[in-house]
Amino acid sequence: MTNALVENYFRVDKLPHIWCPGCGHGILMRSIAKAIENLGLDKDKVCIVSGIGCSSRAPGYMDFNTLHTTHGRALAFATGVKMARPELEVIVITGDGDASAIGGNHLIHAARRNINITTIVFNNNIYGMTGGQYSPATPTGDLGTTAPYGNIDRPFDIPKLAAAAGATYVGRATAYHANLLTKLVENGIQNKGFSLIEGLSVCPTYYGRKNKKGTVVDIMKWQKETAVDTKVAAKLSPEQLEGKFLIGELKNEAEPEYTEEYQKIIDRFVKER
Amino acid sequence: MKKNNIKLMQGNEACVEGALAAGMRFYGGYPITPSTEIAEGSAQKLPKVGGKFIQMEDEIAGMAATIGAALTGVKAMTATSGPGFSLKQENIGYAAIAEIPCVIVNVQRHGPSTGLPTSPSQGDVMQAKWGTHGDHPVIAISPSSVKEAFDLTVRCFNLAEKYRTPVILLLDEIVGHMREGIAIPDPSELEIIDRKKPSKDDKNYLAYKVEEGEIVPAMAGFGDGHRYHVTGLVHDESGFPTNSNEIADVLCTRIMKKVEDHVDDIVAYEEFHMEDAEVVVLSYGGTARSAKSAVKKAREKGLKVGMFRPITIWPFPEKQVKEFAKNVKGIIVAELNYGQLVLEVERVVKGSADIFHIGKVDGEIITPNEILSKIEEVI
Repeated sequence: MTNALVENYFRVDKLPHIWCPGCGHGILMRSIAKAIENLGLDKDKVCIVSGIGCSSRAPGYMDFNTLHTTHGRALAFATGVKMARPELEVIVITGDGDASAIGGNHLIHAARRNINITTIVFNNNIYGMTGGQYSPATPTGDLGTTAPYGNIDRPFDIPKLAAAAGATYVGRATAYHANLLTKLVENGIQNKGFSLIEGLSVCPTYYGRKNKKGTVVDIMKWQKETAVDTKVAAKLSPEQLEGKFLIGELKNEAEPEYTEEYQKIIDRFVKER
Repeated sequence: MKKNNIKLMQGNEACVEGALAAGMRFYGGYPITPSTEIAEGSAQKLPKVGGKFIQMEDEIAGMAATIGAALTGVKAMTATSGPGFSLKQENIGYAAIAEIPCVIVNVQRHGPSTGLPTSPSQGDVMQAKWGTHGDHPVIAISPSSVKEAFDLTVRCFNLAEKYRTPVILLLDEIVGHMREGIAIPDPSELEIIDRKKPSKDDKNYLAYKVEEGEIVPAMAGFGDGHRYHVTGLVHDESGFPTNSNEIADVLCTRIMKKVEDHVDDIVAYEEFHMEDAEVVVLSYGGTARSAKSAVKKAREKGLKVGMFRPITIWPFPEKQVKEFAKNVKGIIVAELNYGQLVLEVERVVKGSADIFHIGKVDGEIITPNEILSKIEEVI
């Protein structure tokens, strides 16, 4: 079974992927490829960068210029790529631990600079690759192999973090809301500045099993029933929003873009020459 | 060379000039004493030649951005000092396995940890070789003068491009902050090496395949039309990860061999009064200046003393040291640390000459008189 999206945008000979049965990452990865297809981007001019972890294996399957870096550092490598060659469309795929624990500093500074990079965080609420340790996105009270008595940490709201740090386009979708994710990624790529889109994934093997979240279908049903689109949320009371989380566009503002600002400095000297 | 071409500058400034002359068009770094002038000079000069400078959020990011930029086809550099050099190590290893050409300048200062931030040291010699985990090739070069800071920065870029590997310029605070008059050579006088790229229409390009007669794989720039994969995982010729032990062996051996097999091309050294020397002072970087002065004084006293100065620290000039060691009574290794390169000398010499060490960890330089006293004691 093949389809045009897979044929055109994936390295078919590298599939099947390494993710567990039921993992949400494949859906999120597909949504990104779909967004690139919808925008008609030149594959030679797209660079996808990742760090380390389950999410970070995605670029290997995708037929672009792909860079699988060190843990947490995807955005720092991506910043070098984008600065040196701004005509490249630079997309970062990262996980919750990769982006907000070991890579947290790079995340807030890439957002602060408003450099034109689109970051998609595959949030599975856990360190999956290493076998289920709690991450900065594990809800308080939940279990991980390193939180055997319940997680006492408070989790990050990663889109809020990025928005507060200066990202100009921020959104959230889930593995269930794959079409929404595609749309948000499209918008993020088109945004001239730093964009962050969180894709809530499904980890049935570690997070789901440890925390008795049921089957993959149960988890996706939970995503469907608990997520509230920002447009709908605007009409709801705080009581009605209790226990829900927001999806959709969370921030969309225009600010000067970093590589363009640097180019202005270069242009000053070109005029002098 | 016209006399008015001569400029008074610091080693750190000469390093920036050398980098620009070599074709540096990207600098990603983080300020740290005593290397900051390299960031400042790069920030000032790069946009004037259409290059890019970025001050990253930390040392790790500086190294990462440098590698990312190098992947798009530009020549990229970062500079740091001890604590920052420690932080950069993981990504230096990444550049080694992914074979990304780039230059890392480490202006050595006293340590460990924050140590004496403004005082010189040569305490990162072993870290330059073993700092990142796993076996990997290392090229590290140590200048002794401001002129050499220029020349050897050019050489670092050339070696990085030729061997597709990170190259370390092991400066020290002495040379980094010392001012000397130097004549910046005309660009036409310089040999500049650029990485080999695959032809644009090569449809069968394998990012990590070494073509017949080549030392390293041709390197396409991201965005040039060859879509390929780069990873820090063990990878095959296509660049994609594999768990094959056989391929791991091929890759890890190949990256070691590309340097090991070309030691004669890479190694540089200076010999001073070595012809009849009975005792040799082996020293490098800023300390070699004191060593040379001590040897001159010893010669004035009629003592048969020479100096051997490794310019390339790694790979170590093993063959040369082994050779002269056969004909001398003693070797005095003078270095600004507790005893690092002396271990390499001992390994190489294997007892064929007596080895003495002069080291210091108090943040002061080793003076010519201290070396002279040792010479007189040993000879």
